[in-house]
Amino acid sequence: MARIVVAPVAEIPSGGRKLVEAEGKRIVVFNLGGEFFALSDRCPHQGGSLCAGLLSGHVESSTPGEYHYSRRGEMIRCPWHYWEFDIRTGKSWFDPKRVQVRQFPAQVEAGATLVEGPYLAETFPVRVEDSYVVVEA
Amino acid sequence: MFSAHRPIDCDLHPMVPGMQALTPYMSEFWRDQVVERGITTLDSQSWPVRSPKTIRADWRGPKGRGAESLDLLQSQSLDRLGTATGILNPLYGVQLVLNADMAVAFTRALNDWTRAEWLDRDDRLRASIVLPLQSVEDAVAEIERLAPDRRFVQVLALVMGENPLGKRQYWPVYEACVRHGLAFGIHAGSAYRHPQTSVGWTSWYLEEYAANQQGFQSTLASLLTEGAFAKYPALKVVLLESGVTWLPSFLWRLQKTWKGVRFEIPWVDRLPAEIIRDQVRLTVQPLDAPDDDNTVERIIDHFRSDDMLLWASDWPHWQFDGDAAIPPGIPPRLLPKLLRENALATYGRLRPEAMGPEAMGQGEVG
Repeated sequence: MARIVVAPVAEIPSGGRKLVEAEGKRIVVFNLGGEFFALSDRCPHQGGSLCAGLLSGHVESSTPGEYHYSRRGEMIRCPWHYWEFDIRTGKSWFDPKRVQVRQFPAQVEAGATLVEGPYLAETFPVRVEDSYVVVEA
Repeated sequence: MFSAHRPIDCDLHPMVPGMQALTPYMSEFWRDQVVERGITTLDSQSWPVRSPKTIRADWRGPKGRGAESLDLLQSQSLDRLGTATGILNPLYGVQLVLNADMAVAFTRALNDWTRAEWLDRDDRLRASIVLPLQSVEDAVAEIERLAPDRRFVQVLALVMGENPLGKRQYWPVYEACVRHGLAFGIHAGSAYRHPQTSVGWTSWYLEEYAANQQGFQSTLASLLTEGAFAKYPALKVVLLESGVTWLPSFLWRLQKTWKGVRFEIPWVDRLPAEIIRDQVRLTVQPLDAPDDDNTVERIIDHFRSDDMLLWASDWPHWQFDGDAAIPPGIPPRLLPKLLRENALATYGRLRPEAMGPEAMGQGEVG
């Protein structure tokens, strides 16, 4: 498993996303209020790019006509058929056990830690005074 | 052999000979109105009397009509096949009348005619309460009026009425059904409020008969999407003369699309096919399938349930010849459920323990 330095934290603002390609994989990284989550960019249905999808919330209902809307910005919908996935878990809503997007560990690490390695060579200079989003893939 | 299953026939159609048969069950005002206005019959063009489908040739009388009396039902179907219990679904065109007051009066008369001329005269019979859905309030009142008679086991609507049946305006009807343990039966046929197809009026009987399938699909989608099934999980909906084999492919499209747009209808919180499997039943005349065993078995596999199909002869409609009342190709292992058990599970009022002391029929309960 390789550790990929995706971007400086400031480059993916809260609510933002970034697509990276590394180790032959396409991975989309989301920032949910300062927490970072990385999912395969390939929808398990037919391979649509989740990075190009619509960010939305989660709606449930206890009775017809009522809409309980929560977790705004934490669901990503594939642009092709609108299947929705929980960014925090990669699971689909309609069949969470069988239909899910592969998830990769993502965290923020200080540049000072990263320059010690080992990590995959990034395409931008790592500065010890910044923090970076790192994905294990 | 057949009768050993103690079969329950879920779709029998007594035909009203003419309006003069119903006037004894009307108030003086409406009785006179029928005469003064010269209303002789309300046979619906959904089932033209002369159409070969409407009455099987050997079940017709000298004037071409049929199914108008109990002795015909007994000799042509109940006694002949060995049916233990039969459910009457009158299709007389009281649902087509635009004047809601008249529709209510005529519907009450039809239901009372069914009770007096049929239910009171053969203990094997049960019936549906025909609803005047021109007025939801009056439809509920009709349920309340007749529900104490536990020989009424279902209410009856046409598949093509004024509005899609899932619309929330109809929910008081479903609430009453659940409260009284009545199934909600939907039969093929149109009230002609709209074209019988979504692309416009048909020219031919053939087009119209086939179009009922579209009506059933749209009605089922309406009940599901509006949330009627979610709101009333105890509601059982029975599709009558709907055909059967269209359902799996229709559900495939519905469910596939739901996966992407389920946020529209968040009360549908599990796979639509599962909800349909729990709450919808279909009668098997017609089945709409070739008659080889393998094909029929494969189609039934697509339902992923042995609980959904109910036997019906559809008497006097011409769905089969001779006594071949079970569609060919139905696997024998399915017969106990098809012929009886599924109906008992669907119609709470058919179960022996459900017949309360107020039941008017005292005979053996099917």
